[in-house]
Amino acid sequence: MTVAVEGGAVEKRLPRAPRRGPVARMKQSYDRYWYAWAMAAPVVLVLGLVVLYPLGRGIYLSLTNATSLNVGRTIGVNHIPNSYSWVGLHNYEQILSGADHEFWPHVWWTLVWTVACVALTYSLGLGLALLINRQLRGRTFYRVLLVLPWAVPTFVTMFSWRLLLADNGLVNSALSGLGLGAPGWLSDPTWQRVAAIGVNTWVGFPFMMVSLLGGMQAIPSELYEAAEMDGATPWQRFRYVTLPGLRPVSNTVILLSVIWTFNQFNVIDLMFGYGSSDSVQILVTYAYQLFFNQQPQDYANSAAYGVIILSMLIVFASVYRRWLKRNEQQVGI
Amino acid sequence: MRRGIAAAVLATAIAVSASACGGSGSTASSSNKASGPVTITWWDTSDATNEAPTYKLLVSEFETANPSIKVNYVNVPFGTAQTKFQTAAGSSGAPDVLRSDVGWTPAFAKAGYLAPLDGTPAMADESAFESTLIKQASYNGHVYGAPQVTDTLGLMYNKQLFAKAGITAAPTTWDQLKADAALIKQKDGVDGFALEAASYYAMPFLFGEGTDFVDTANNKITINSAAAVKAMTTAKSFVGAPGISKLDVTADADTDIMDSFQTGKVAMVIQGPWDITNVYAGSAFTSKSNLGIAPVPEGSTGTAGAPTGGQNLVVYAGADAAHLAASEKFVGFMTSAASETETALKNGTLPTRTDAYTAAVNANLGIEGYQAILKYSVPRPALPEYSSFYASFATDYTKILAGQESIQTGLGNTSSAIAKLLPSYAAQ
Repeated sequence: MTVAVEGGAVEKRLPRAPRRGPVARMKQSYDRYWYAWAMAAPVVLVLGLVVLYPLGRGIYLSLTNATSLNVGRTIGVNHIPNSYSWVGLHNYEQILSGADHEFWPHVWWTLVWTVACVALTYSLGLGLALLINRQLRGRTFYRVLLVLPWAVPTFVTMFSWRLLLADNGLVNSALSGLGLGAPGWLSDPTWQRVAAIGVNTWVGFPFMMVSLLGGMQAIPSELYEAAEMDGATPWQRFRYVTLPGLRPVSNTVILLSVIWTFNQFNVIDLMFGYGSSDSVQILVTYAYQLFFNQQPQDYANSAAYGVIILSMLIVFASVYRRWLKRNEQQVGI
Repeated sequence: MRRGIAAAVLATAIAVSASACGGSGSTASSSNKASGPVTITWWDTSDATNEAPTYKLLVSEFETANPSIKVNYVNVPFGTAQTKFQTAAGSSGAPDVLRSDVGWTPAFAKAGYLAPLDGTPAMADESAFESTLIKQASYNGHVYGAPQVTDTLGLMYNKQLFAKAGITAAPTTWDQLKADAALIKQKDGVDGFALEAASYYAMPFLFGEGTDFVDTANNKITINSAAAVKAMTTAKSFVGAPGISKLDVTADADTDIMDSFQTGKVAMVIQGPWDITNVYAGSAFTSKSNLGIAPVPEGSTGTAGAPTGGQNLVVYAGADAAHLAASEKFVGFMTSAASETETALKNGTLPTRTDAYTAAVNANLGIEGYQAILKYSVPRPALPEYSSFYASFATDYTKILAGQESIQTGLGNTSSAIAKLLPSYAAQ
């Protein structure tokens, strides 16, 4: 959509005037672009309300000792005054020093979970994309079929898996039938983790497959022809043509996937709830649990966890992008 | 300038239209007309198949007696009720009345969610209730919960299987229990004992060593004391012992264990009176006298102890006067002698007031059996945080039993979680 902007964004070439002060520049900018400002204002306002304010509030809470018992509220006849206080970086010290016995175990599991899920979804997605990326009958049908796990609403997928993986569910019936025993997928700490990674792979591979398929179709077929002329084996064609051709797509989807998996709240929360499932909780779900699923609700620590998670992801994303730049790859993010 | 106004108007118009989502929160007790009947919502956490029908019947009796009050009965699963109520009580959608575990009551009271009941119709016969139960439901000198049922854990055993194995009396120590289980396996070919891996069932091990999560008299955390380590060692020694069912940490563990006990595949379980009705429905207990109820085994200190459990009815403080009055009346009715007697006869649960123990109630074998062992029940300390200890302990107890954590590490983790809740207590 193009909008004829009053005041025109087309600059007239004038001889350079000396730079004016910020106020004057603001005024000039306002005079010229007031329309754009007005259009952007609601977005800025809404973003401020739904992102920046909560973020600021969260950072503030993480520096206090607020819990559901000392934050003031009035319920009917009961009035409870505000009595939480500023504690500075105490929560962060407690968390990062390992004094709370919760942070580091959850960090390790979150890292294992992220790496395992991303590796599995990527390789599975790549394999399936390769299979589909050829002339075969009913290709569209397969494609639709393989996108299904991603297209179905997450909670439907999760509840289906819960039924399948229940103690007496289909999976265990099949395993018992084969004489392999029946692990407690949803309750035994170790099997919970296996189940979590498995289900998340199921949910995550279609995205990888679709993206990589798109990437493959963008690789010029001349390259394959040339490679064939040079007598390259299928493996070599894959190794030296397909993979390098996919690099820009791969880099992007891996970065996205790492961030998503790191914060994959739905799968863990809907699959395991908060019964006896502490070992399977990743950082985000653990932070949520601190806030909502315990008595008293620990607002401060939950907020501190949130800030730490955010910092981790910011650090990861910047390191990753720098690493890509060093490898002279343009990532279109 | 005119442009500026136009811009501002445009901006606000768009902002208003953008933010005009999100309706107002719904409240549970809406439609509050002084003239019409008052509708109160009750969240019942009882077992939906075995216990709920009795309560629904009582609700309709109450509505007949009080035509100006309607009760909206909602059955909420016990496992999620605590957080569900907490979330609702802090914002909106809280019920007027909740069937609250005795462990949750003081914590809810401390958080300001509950209305005090002393001196209201809910507590008209305060003196009739067991005084320890009133104490458990109190916080800061006010009573916040009307005790509805009480319970404790006991050893349920199958007399027939005992006789077949030549065992004449219920085991009184953990070692005896293990020996009997092995003997039953050898003689009867069925498992002697099934251990429930839920944290609540670990309490008899702790009490048997004379310890608890905390020592309130000395402001100390004792869950990782030498005594507690000993208790956990005893508990863990059951895993894989001869005649003990395979450790089950799945979500259906309780159901599976009780099914095995009902059908005579397991000779002993440690369980509360809430399962009596369920047990009597099983094929091994067509004759009710086949069920033996004994105190839980004692630990090395020579004392036996099981947690005092039970349910209170509590009233949400955030309702208006009309709903509060209706709720208090309802709670009073549900905990009246007649209602408790009816509940006891139909559900096999123990009444909380002396005048509800009628001849018919006392003649109920299950109630009689549990009443006899109530004296071994250990009331929980008056500590609102107490029920929060179970959350972290449950995780570590499962890991300890499954061999994924050493006893010291597991109890150390629980101890540090408790230390966070009780900064003033000394950790070991």
